[in-house]
Amino acid sequence: MFPFAFEWVPEATRYVFMGSLYAVLITLVIILHYCAIRAFLDLICKKKEHNH
Amino acid sequence: MNSASVPFDSAVIPQGVKRCQFKWFLFWIAVLHGPLLVGVIAAIMCWGLALNVTYLNNNYPFGLWIAADLGVIALGGGAFFTGFLRYIVKIDDLKNIVNYAVVIGVMCYASALGILGVDIGQPLRGWFIFWHANVHSMLTEVAFCITCYFMVLCIEYLPLLLENRQVNKLGFFHGMAHHLHEAMPTIAAVGVFLSFFHQGSLGGVPGVLYGRPFAYREGFLVWPWTFFLFILSAIACGPCFTILITWITEKCARKRLVKRNVIDILARISGRLLAVYVILKTLDTVYWISVAGKAGAPLGSFYANQPYGYWVLITELGILGVIPAIILLSAKARQNENVLIIACILNCAGIFMNRWIMTVQSLAVPVMSFDKFISYHPNWVEFASTLMFVWVGAIVIMLSYRYLPIFPQEKELNPS
Repeated sequence: MFPFAFEWVPEATRYVFMGSLYAVLITLVIILHYCAIRAFLDLICKKKEHNH
Repeated sequence: MNSASVPFDSAVIPQGVKRCQFKWFLFWIAVLHGPLLVGVIAAIMCWGLALNVTYLNNNYPFGLWIAADLGVIALGGGAFFTGFLRYIVKIDDLKNIVNYAVVIGVMCYASALGILGVDIGQPLRGWFIFWHANVHSMLTEVAFCITCYFMVLCIEYLPLLLENRQVNKLGFFHGMAHHLHEAMPTIAAVGVFLSFFHQGSLGGVPGVLYGRPFAYREGFLVWPWTFFLFILSAIACGPCFTILITWITEKCARKRLVKRNVIDILARISGRLLAVYVILKTLDTVYWISVAGKAGAPLGSFYANQPYGYWVLITELGILGVIPAIILLSAKARQNENVLIIACILNCAGIFMNRWIMTVQSLAVPVMSFDKFISYHPNWVEFASTLMFVWVGAIVIMLSYRYLPIFPQEKELNPS
């Protein structure tokens, strides 16, 4: 399942299937991290404004 | 004692809304734990004593569990379809019900995964389907898509949790909820992509069984017609299930939570989709009857085994298909709440019946001259372990309704 333990069979369906899976998982991870980082940066900015 | 007299409870209830007394809330939660415990015992029996404690056998590898699985996944389709209408088609009024559709969707998909966890008998080997993926199997696609879509639903549910009155006071969580809301169209689009394929592939599973003339269908490229019919039926009944659960919640809470025009939008869309589905399903059935007849499997042979007589066909297409479609298409009928709810119940029951027919009846019909029809009815272990997720769902909905701001129109509709 994972790229480092993947059965690299030269078959289009396999690449489409596993490629779609990883595309979805990567999209979700990026969205979550993006939101968390933005929230963290907002928090820092607010603290700085508050200190000023 | 009212909710205000229990500080830890009233502190987390959304501001400006009324909830029942805390003691009654605890009472109903405790009541639901009774049947839940029976379900837990049944699930432990399945894991500990293997599946021979059920009535499943080689004639019926797909029984109540799989039919219920397919049913709840179709009913949970309301989450992705409402999200699609709200964030991609941009029907703004649906923002007032999309939160609840997500909660219902989370529970439907959690139930589906939970039932599968019991059904596979050895949950410790559940990861095999991911690790040793057979990419040519529609069930593998279903397993991958359901798991990923459950993650999507959890991410959609996350901002609701973060908007709890106390949690939202923390700056990071407040910001996280805000940014998740901003990212929701992308998340909804991922959800639509996943749902489209797993709803369809669930229909594809019986559709590709060329040794089963009751189930087999021709199709488009690698997808049998049942692939598209399952998607259509899921998006036709999902919104009706959302309406139904919202109505039950309103009756339990004894107040209106969503405006009528929002319900009407969902009912109207559901009615149109159901009408299209019933027409296509009828055409599919007529074509299937002629093709299967020419192949040596006459129509009578499919309905010769009791209890699956002709009444199955009439009930599925007529009573649970045409009637709710007519009601949902009529603006006058939709205005009558009782009639609308009857249509929603018929629509949801029709989906369950369709899934039962496609997974249980289609595999039970004898296809060899030496085959005999054997009847199947689930035993208490199957019923209890399936219904367990209904009780869990009710508890999660009760907790979500009490402590999370799910209904944006509640304050407006119920001024204190």
